[in-house]
Amino acid sequence: MGSRDQATDIKSQSADFCGQAVATRDAYGSALLELGRRNEKVVVLDADLSGSTKTAKFAKAFPDRFFNMGISEQDLVGTAGGLSLTGKIPYASTFAVFETGRAWEQIRQTLSYSGLNVKLVATHAGITVGEDGASHQALEDIALIRVIPNMTVIVPSDGFETKQVIDAIAEYEHPVYVRLGRAKVPPVMPAGYRFIIGKAHTFSLGSDVTIIATGIMVSKALQAAEQLKKQGIDAGVVNMSTIKPLDTDTVLEAAKKSKLIVTAEEHSIIGGLGGAVSEFVAENHPVHLRRIGTSDTFGCSGSPDELLKLFGLTSENIVKTVEGFFQDFRR
Amino acid sequence: MTAAPQSPDIMALKDQARIVRIEILKMLTASGSGHTGGSLSAADIVTALYFYKMRQRPGDPSWPDRDRFILSKGHAAPLLYAVLALSGYFDKSLLGSLRKVGCPLQGHPSSKLVNGVEVSTGSLGQGLSISNGIALGLRLDKKEARVYCLLGDGETQEGQVWEAAMSAGHYMLDNLCAIVDVNELQIDGRCCDVMTVEPMAEKWRAFNWHVFEINGHDMEEIANALDEAEKIKGKPSVILARTIKSKGVSFFEGKAEYHGVTPTEEELQKALLELDSNGK
Repeated sequence: MGSRDQATDIKSQSADFCGQAVATRDAYGSALLELGRRNEKVVVLDADLSGSTKTAKFAKAFPDRFFNMGISEQDLVGTAGGLSLTGKIPYASTFAVFETGRAWEQIRQTLSYSGLNVKLVATHAGITVGEDGASHQALEDIALIRVIPNMTVIVPSDGFETKQVIDAIAEYEHPVYVRLGRAKVPPVMPAGYRFIIGKAHTFSLGSDVTIIATGIMVSKALQAAEQLKKQGIDAGVVNMSTIKPLDTDTVLEAAKKSKLIVTAEEHSIIGGLGGAVSEFVAENHPVHLRRIGTSDTFGCSGSPDELLKLFGLTSENIVKTVEGFFQDFRR
Repeated sequence: MTAAPQSPDIMALKDQARIVRIEILKMLTASGSGHTGGSLSAADIVTALYFYKMRQRPGDPSWPDRDRFILSKGHAAPLLYAVLALSGYFDKSLLGSLRKVGCPLQGHPSSKLVNGVEVSTGSLGQGLSISNGIALGLRLDKKEARVYCLLGDGETQEGQVWEAAMSAGHYMLDNLCAIVDVNELQIDGRCCDVMTVEPMAEKWRAFNWHVFEINGHDMEEIANALDEAEKIKGKPSVILARTIKSKGVSFFEGKAEYHGVTPTEEELQKALLELDSNGK
């Protein structure tokens, strides 16, 4: 009896993933299935990775609206573009490194320049791909897509936010890139949170430091802020889930209130969230800033947790970075 | 609305192609830059599409039941602009400002700027995938509309073309007809010297396409192949149209150097004389 109740609970919870630890790709698979039920215009394409990207759920339920393009990312993006030209809302998925790297010019020329209503939802972004190693770990994808005009770049922080992102982009007639991960992530967004494209979520602004984080680094930032507060450093956290268009109002607010801004992302410190925030504050409200991310390097094989430690994508490293700044600052 | 006629008026189509060529040459001379050779080589094919085969409503460019034309070889933009203007998609006077700042007629077609341009192209190799997507979407909606995609033979050196060829064969897209403008030349010289693309028919057949091989300047053969392609079921069709680069201007014909070079005012006058005399 107990197990049956538990199963019912999980099912009822799974609708929005609020408060649940889940990989964002898993939230995507479920969200896509539900969206497919509600919206007949939604079609899904994959490049031989539907089991991993979780589009297989949609494929099973709606075989006529699912197109496996095989191992051919350029064709994947172009075909999605064509489908959008007949009024469909294509969600095209594969691993982030292949979707943004292999098909970059197709994204630029076919999708973005023509303004096609295609949703590129890539999974397996960042270092937490783990054991597969550098070839499969996209650490440049945010930068690659952010530089293309007309593109929107979204990095959800947990399952709850992912579900809302997947729904929101269906109603947004522009090409969009959504970056998801392979590994399970803890829930961070509060019940009642509503995702809006281009709007950051401010947990709090710190008079000493505000950590502007995205994706899996939001949970690390929240842990770091707790630790810093214990040490007498007033730390705040912002979840910048839309990286483009950047919520510059929120960045400006943080820049005015805090002595230091720290950006945190599971991506190269070049060209991603750290790049976007740096560009904005340098011109509009210069402030001390530190970027946490991978430093102009490839990843490597290992378990996700080991790699997060190895590349400094931890709450401990955020705390250390902030402590180091204030030690120098007070001197 | 322009409804497709039952049988082609070959003489009228030939004359229409002559007018299309005149517009292309005038446009290119005025702009002083652009792609002459590949616009002229495909002029007969694209004339047959717009003035015979395709169901279009120039006054309603987003009519859902229209046949689609995707110019994968986007550098033949002057040809596309000529047929669109002559079909009534936009005013012919616009042709004179091709490639000028502020003019919607970009060097390579931009769908956001010009009515009748389905999608922006110019970077080679991308049009067939887009065409496949449109064909899949039309099939899902149970529409009878067809998709036509024009590629260059040199363009088939792009790997994505063969990814798309594989997909169209796999998905048995019989509402799709690709046309390859086989003019045998590319910027650096003859295709067979730069990078061999032959044997083309065998390649397409191997990817589960029905292949037509025609003379791309014979209006009767073109119209016939387009009609026959519509009857092929269970697989996509490709028309390999043998053409001559810069066809219609004798002193440019078959010369690789006129890929991206425009006529001088003097050459234009000479060319117009030739085309005028062809019309008599």
